[in-house]
Amino acid sequence: MTETAVPQQAEPSAPRPRAAPAGWLGRALDSDVFYSFRRSRLTMIAGAVTLLFFLVAILAPLLAVQDPFDPAQLQLMNSRIAPLWTADGQSPFLLGTDEQGRDVLSAILYGLRISLAVGVLGVVFAGALGILLGLIAGYFGGAVDSLIMRIADVQLTFPAILIALLVNGVVKSVFGNRLDAASTLAVLVFAIGLSFWVQYARTVRGSVMVEKNRDYVAAAQLIGLPAPVIMLRHVLPNTMGPILVIATINLALAIITEATLSFLGAGMPDTMPSLGTLIRVGNNYLFSGEWWIVAFPGFSLAALILSINLLGDWLRDALNPKLR
Amino acid sequence: MLAFTVRRAIQAVGVMIAVGIIAFSMFRFAGDPVNQMVAIDTSAADRAALRHSLGLDDPIPVQFAHYFVNAAQFKFGVSYQFRQPVASLLAERMPATLELAICATVLSMVFGILMGVYSALRRDSLLAKIFQAVSLIGISLPTFLIGILLIYLFAVTLGWLPSFGRGDVVRIGWWTTGLLTVSGLKALIMPSVTLGLFQMTLIMRLVRAEMLEVLRTDYIRFARARGLTTRAIHFGHALKNTLVPVITVAGLQFGSVIAFAIITETVFQWPGMGLLFLQAVQNVDIPIMAAYLLMVSLIFVTINFIVDILYTVVDPRLRATISRPA
Repeated sequence: MTETAVPQQAEPSAPRPRAAPAGWLGRALDSDVFYSFRRSRLTMIAGAVTLLFFLVAILAPLLAVQDPFDPAQLQLMNSRIAPLWTADGQSPFLLGTDEQGRDVLSAILYGLRISLAVGVLGVVFAGALGILLGLIAGYFGGAVDSLIMRIADVQLTFPAILIALLVNGVVKSVFGNRLDAASTLAVLVFAIGLSFWVQYARTVRGSVMVEKNRDYVAAAQLIGLPAPVIMLRHVLPNTMGPILVIATINLALAIITEATLSFLGAGMPDTMPSLGTLIRVGNNYLFSGEWWIVAFPGFSLAALILSINLLGDWLRDALNPKLR
Repeated sequence: MLAFTVRRAIQAVGVMIAVGIIAFSMFRFAGDPVNQMVAIDTSAADRAALRHSLGLDDPIPVQFAHYFVNAAQFKFGVSYQFRQPVASLLAERMPATLELAICATVLSMVFGILMGVYSALRRDSLLAKIFQAVSLIGISLPTFLIGILLIYLFAVTLGWLPSFGRGDVVRIGWWTTGLLTVSGLKALIMPSVTLGLFQMTLIMRLVRAEMLEVLRTDYIRFARARGLTTRAIHFGHALKNTLVPVITVAGLQFGSVIAFAIITETVFQWPGMGLLFLQAVQNVDIPIMAAYLLMVSLIFVTINFIVDILYTVVDPRLRATISRPA
């Protein structure tokens, strides 16, 4: 509900080129959504910041001065160096180093990769699960529908973080504490996916209940298409707008959840830290005055989530025809 | 109305049974309880004896019934790490969590409603825009970051408030309270602000949206036509009608406040149930995890049930839809 994100209907005189350029890129650039994107400066900044975060995460091996996951590259000689612009700063450690001589900037870049990977994969998993269950519930109705929706109702009363913690704890107790970093990442994606599917399922189910009474579905049924094809090829594309909004807002929530789990010590291990792990480790040095170890990862996390939330807010308003 | 209440009650019991099944399967199937309890050099015969004495060789439905009857009497078994009954561990720490959660909820209600009303009435003022920005930041900053920020500011830099613990507590019966000592109150400030901030932004946004909606309705216009003072219209008529959904949301959110207390309690080392639960997750102490799940669900389900019933009492329109045959 940010004021800035709402497309203004002022200045109707501003002429818009109506000659639609060919191709999907041209269509995208000419669309109402892109128009409202360009109208809001805050959204453009948020979009640029989000893009920047994704870019530096992907390019982390090229940008970082060391690989913080590789213990051989860390030297204890370099531990606890203050940021470069302070009196005690040392090149090349722009944002200083932590207890183990790990360059804070490199750790952030690599941690960003983990945070974004868990966030994106978690959203994809939650989305796939929720869309599938929502389609089934909405399309078939009856007992299947009420079973799925009852489960959704029960789960919705519990906060995602609690479910994620429980799933995490149970998986750990089944496999013992001998999980390596990569499987911990998979467990996190699984836990986050399981805690966020409900919203997708409810939204898709609602749209499907409306869409399935339309003529095009009846036509598809008449020519004998099987139910899965009708659901995926014909009904699903018509429910994608709200899904996109939920996915954007959920990306921020998934990243927060991952960071929180890692901060609580139930997420990524110290050897392969995400932003949350970095904050947990850095938090121990807050009292001894080494503020940079926790401040920069914390600031990165906050900036990332704020930008994604701003994008989500804008997208919700832009795709809502009532606000046009 | 009675039929509705009974139906809701049956639903609530159904949810509790479902959660009970989850808690039981966690307890029973996630790792072997016997292996967790015995030392490495315990003989196979002793293990079998322990298995038998715990009833772990009974058929699964019998075990479940057994677990359920025990849980209904708040007997959740023995913690693997503390070797104490889980129920007494939880009871010992519950006052800390409840005090924190109630303070956070009260704080978030008071400030959330005030800020929401202000930003609805003076929509374009600078302060309202600042409130909006604060609410966006409140939603975007993870709870633990806010906690760390507060600790750095008020404990490390300024040294005004303690950074961890509950301060001195007074024991009243089995309840321990930090509300009666100066150090207890000082220790409570930062954790409850941290915990309440997210709820506050939620309530502020809700009050603002509801107020804007109500102010557009006909009865407000009619109240203006009757020549009532702006003050009476805004607070006597408009605010009163926005409070129903606000109280509902605040009630329903109380459960999540208790769950989110896990994070706040970890940041501030607050000796409550959340900290206990987190230690249990880290040490794979399944009895505590299962018991915590049951306790929190019980609180959730009870609040949900009460809110549902109260809603129909408060709002006559809902009563009409309920009594109509479906």
